[in-house]
Amino acid sequence: MAKFLRLTITVSGLLGIWWLVVWATSLPKFILPSPLQVFIKFSERYDIIFENAVTTATEILLGLAFGISLGVLSALAISIHRGVKQWVMPVLVASQAIPVFAIAPLLVLWFDYGITSKVVMATLIIYFPVTVSFLDGLNRTSSDWRDMASVMQSRSKSAAPMRLFRLYRYIKIPFALPALASGIRVAAAVAPIGAVVGEWGGSSSGLGYLMLHANGRMQTDLLFASLLTLTVMAISLFYLTDYILKLALKWQPDQETLT
Amino acid sequence: MVANDTSSVAIAAMKDGATSAFDKKQKRGCSAIGLSITLPVISYSGKVILEDFKIELKPGTITCLLGPSGVGKTSILKSIAGILPLAAGSDIRASDGEAIMGRIAYMDQKDLLLPWSSALDNLLIAARLRGEKVDRHRAKALLAAVGLAGKASELPSTLSGGMRQRVSLARTLMDDAPIVLVDEPFSALDAITRHRLQALLAQLCAGRTTLMITHDPMEALRLGHQVYVLAGDPVKLTPIDDLGDQIPRDPTLSSLKEKYNQILDLLGMQKDLG
Repeated sequence: MAKFLRLTITVSGLLGIWWLVVWATSLPKFILPSPLQVFIKFSERYDIIFENAVTTATEILLGLAFGISLGVLSALAISIHRGVKQWVMPVLVASQAIPVFAIAPLLVLWFDYGITSKVVMATLIIYFPVTVSFLDGLNRTSSDWRDMASVMQSRSKSAAPMRLFRLYRYIKIPFALPALASGIRVAAAVAPIGAVVGEWGGSSSGLGYLMLHANGRMQTDLLFASLLTLTVMAISLFYLTDYILKLALKWQPDQETLT
Repeated sequence: MVANDTSSVAIAAMKDGATSAFDKKQKRGCSAIGLSITLPVISYSGKVILEDFKIELKPGTITCLLGPSGVGKTSILKSIAGILPLAAGSDIRASDGEAIMGRIAYMDQKDLLLPWSSALDNLLIAARLRGEKVDRHRAKALLAAVGLAGKASELPSTLSGGMRQRVSLARTLMDDAPIVLVDEPFSALDAITRHRLQALLAQLCAGRTTLMITHDPMEALRLGHQVYVLAGDPVKLTPIDDLGDQIPRDPTLSSLKEKYNQILDLLGMQKDLG
């Protein structure tokens, strides 16, 4: 209840400041529309906003799915085989050093105007935090547990790869899950940026596309309506992810609460 | 004396009901083996801390190894368990002539329970790591034997320190290994809990060849069929003789007073006591 009250106060406070700025500066609608004008625009054009939001949401979710899967697989490969690290790590770091804005048009050129180039963009920026945090978690399994497992496995008759697989399955991966969860939280927060930047590189649908389109036609109220929709989507995605992760990792005794 | 009563009650409680089936199984399945251990060099992070360590473990008995911290007790245990690599010239020989690898259970100072697994699942982890079929009945019987029958589905974080160490003890016994290595298992517990768990360990490790490390002279005198002190400068191993075969002993008995003083003397603690 207190949480709800706090949210209401924050939101109405921000809206109040916005309104105050519009009132004090009396800027024209095409530069800074008032909250009411944006709301009216939203209720008029909710169909088109919703349609484009679905596109962006699809891009975000697919990007998350690919980015997390790739990140998890890379972290496992690096952790199992040290040699992979020396080859993959520089590529990983380079992929983060390149500004995503610069390669957005390239991705459109390579993967077309459709959804693919945006999913690739989102995947690119999700991949790194997931890989690094999961790898960190895998490398930090305490040696006590590794020793315990090695004594327990010493009478095992199965082949070394199977022993390694079970060590990961029952000890290393579970211990790394909290670290992976942090990576996924970051991924959930940056995924919408990836999708929208991808849309700015060239697209025919999505909230990013709608914003560019509205901006070009001085429909600043539509731009704001789209932007607010994107914000609500991003916040919901983050808190939903956080909630699911917390539920899944209930055993973690020293769990931080973000909400 | 009051504390001693508590422990006999605890033992009595554990001898009835669900545990009897487990006890029978344990005595049938386990043929005791002796160990003779020779470790010419024990090093810790590159530095030699102990040389020429030799010890004999008699089949089916508890041997307590006492010593101040930093003397290399844990390294000895880890070397025997195969966690630390053995130096050249090391020799660990079982009395039946077969390899000891795979016949050892190791219990750490920390409980090392998997925080995401229930008490029961923690007992099954060894079988899972080996890809074997899990034996839930045995796990439940063992949990009952350590007095935690009702806690099988609890996560470790909901258990007290003593309970966690009991789960850890049950897990150590889950493999039914003839050799049990125990590293200061109860050092973090309060005196009463420690006293109870010592009795429990003596009962459950009966018939197994157990090497237990401790820095508590009382614990050693209470539980060890054989007691050795590892101390001095240079460090050497000294047996405490004529203790008698019956364990757990009551370390407050006047007959053990002399042994207690001998241990303190060997540990160089007499001076500190003034």
